[in-house]
Amino acid sequence: MSGAADLVIETTGLTKRLGGRSVLNGIDLAVPRGSVFGFLGPNGSGKTTTIRILLGLASATSGDVRVLGESIPRALQQVLPRVGALVEGPGFYPFLSGTANLLRLDAADRYVSPSTRRQRVDTALERVGLSQAAGKKVGRYSLGMKQRLGIANALLTHRDLIVLDEPTNGLDPQGTREVRHLVRSLTEEGTTVFVSSHLLTEVEQICSHAAVLSAGSLVAQGSLEELRRAGEPRLRVVTPDLPQTHTVLRRLGTTPDDDGASPGAHIITAPLPDGVTPDRIVRELVEAGVRVNGFSVDQAGLEDLFVALTGEGFDVVQ
Amino acid sequence: MSSKTLSSSTASRKSVGWRFLGSELSVLFRRRRTWALLAALAAIPVLIAVAVKLSSGPPRGRGPAFLDQVSQNGLFVAVVATIVAIPLFLPLTVGVVAGDTVAGEASTGTLRYLLMSPVARGRLLAVKYAGAVVFCLAATFTVGSVGTLMGALLFPVGPVTTLSGTTIDVTESLVRIALVCLYVTLSLLGLCAVGLFMSTLTDVPVGAMAATVVASVVSQVVGQLPQLEWIHPWLLTHYWLGFADLLRDPVVWDSFAANAVLQAGYIVVFGALAYGRFSTKDVLA
Ligand SMILES: Nc1ncnc2c1ncn2[C@@H]1O[C@H](COP(=O)(O)OP(=O)(O)OP(=O)(O)O)[C@@H](O)[C@H]1O
Ligand SMILES: [Mg+2]
Repeated sequence: MSGAADLVIETTGLTKRLGGRSVLNGIDLAVPRGSVFGFLGPNGSGKTTTIRILLGLASATSGDVRVLGESIPRALQQVLPRVGALVEGPGFYPFLSGTANLLRLDAADRYVSPSTRRQRVDTALERVGLSQAAGKKVGRYSLGMKQRLGIANALLTHRDLIVLDEPTNGLDPQGTREVRHLVRSLTEEGTTVFVSSHLLTEVEQICSHAAVLSAGSLVAQGSLEELRRAGEPRLRVVTPDLPQTHTVLRRLGTTPDDDGASPGAHIITAPLPDGVTPDRIVRELVEAGVRVNGFSVDQAGLEDLFVALTGEGFDVVQ
Repeated sequence: MSSKTLSSSTASRKSVGWRFLGSELSVLFRRRRTWALLAALAAIPVLIAVAVKLSSGPPRGRGPAFLDQVSQNGLFVAVVATIVAIPLFLPLTVGVVAGDTVAGEASTGTLRYLLMSPVARGRLLAVKYAGAVVFCLAATFTVGSVGTLMGALLFPVGPVTTLSGTTIDVTESLVRIALVCLYVTLSLLGLCAVGLFMSTLTDVPVGAMAATVVASVVSQVVGQLPQLEWIHPWLLTHYWLGFADLLRDPVVWDSFAANAVLQAGYIVVFGALAYGRFSTKDVLA
């Protein structure tokens, strides 16, 4: 198989029907080894469903799935010991302590050494900052504490791949920052991290690669630079002279839109016109008598790309 | 496949997996609910013994079999309590535990994490079933041992007259009580399999529990209808009260064997149904 060794997750034409409706329509995911892969998409776009299929919890209606180079679900029992995961929130027995819950899940894993079990559980709890609350019943945990315990479960032993579905759900700012550190340290250990999220800033901060899912279809995929490059750069002018600026910009071949205002000035943004350098725009503006208080050219953020790809609407797309 | 993908520290060698069964049992018996169920079962012999002790004179006619013997020989408390518990109380508690096996894990969200640990689906069902069977043992022996204890505390204990008319000593009687407990455990194995199957059908444990208990009740009701006599030998509950043979001298094993065959049939059929359903099920809870 060409290239399979470099891909930790590879799906071809992954399709899933649920309740008579197509939830995933032919997804081709390619997650490179060693990457931190952000899996983006609005609510209900199918992120969790994809993850369930990758981990053998649900079956694909059609399409091919490979995780760590092995075919899923055929080689599931060989692959899963090397994968740690948090899927659709944590799930624990409320009447057991955090430690007891992790010991239970670890006991179910036949591939790990029982002699190091206690120590590995303690280390995992420490990594997510739960050592203090380890002996407390999970039923008395707060939302964020449960979430941390769920992450600890993914860290019980060395993994080649860690899948985190909305890991910062319910976490406080410290917790969120800890997750970022954690992901970084996992990458240093050689673990590939697959994070699903709809928090774009988070993905921008920690990910090297990303894919965007929209209503069950993959609309973008690649390294973060590639994705940013796909978004068109925009220029931004701060000036008190609104009409003249519009005239100049139109003459240069671009359409100014959303005007913001700051005291005594307007903020005008527009797509950077093709083949026109920023310095030429400034020169033309000044020559037309526009008082330029500020000027910048910004690469589109992931957020703009995300909105452009998945639509402005707030309603969940079905 | 490249050798690189196999050279991971975790996927080296797998153990037999008894630890998961141990962990299953420890989770089962660390639940307050399990102890509440056993306590409810223990209350039956206590009530019977106390009621007989407080009532004046030997009871006449009605009441469960052997009730009239209790005041003369405390060992009968265990047998009477077992007879009382069989139609409803035991199936109720076993239904709760067996119906909870898979659906309970699904409802707490632990099912997906167990499966990802990983536990193969067949193995999960086997371990869950084994846990329910251990609970059946605990349940029947709770009734038997608390009954024996209460009998010994409140009434005289002595040699027992068997149904064949001979007399057996106290030790032999205790062995017979243990045999009755084992017999009742065996009787419940089929119901456990039914519960396991019901539990794979839903993510709502209460539904699976209720369905399991209803199955046992329906089976007993059908067993009472002479019009449906042809179906009786196939009923889950057909041999439930058929342990009188264990109280003869010598022990007659016929009903024990027939019951074992019937229960094995239920285990095979409902075990297969449970596996068929669960092995291909999408775990979306
Ligand atoms: N059990 C189910 N039966 C039928 N449809 C389902 C089921 N579970 C999920 N879906 C549908 O599948 C689609 C994708 O759901 P999924 O949970 O994968 O979304 P998501 O991207 O994880 O969303 P979120 O950001 O809210 O977690 C949704 O439209 C949802 O309605
Ligand atoms: Mg989701």
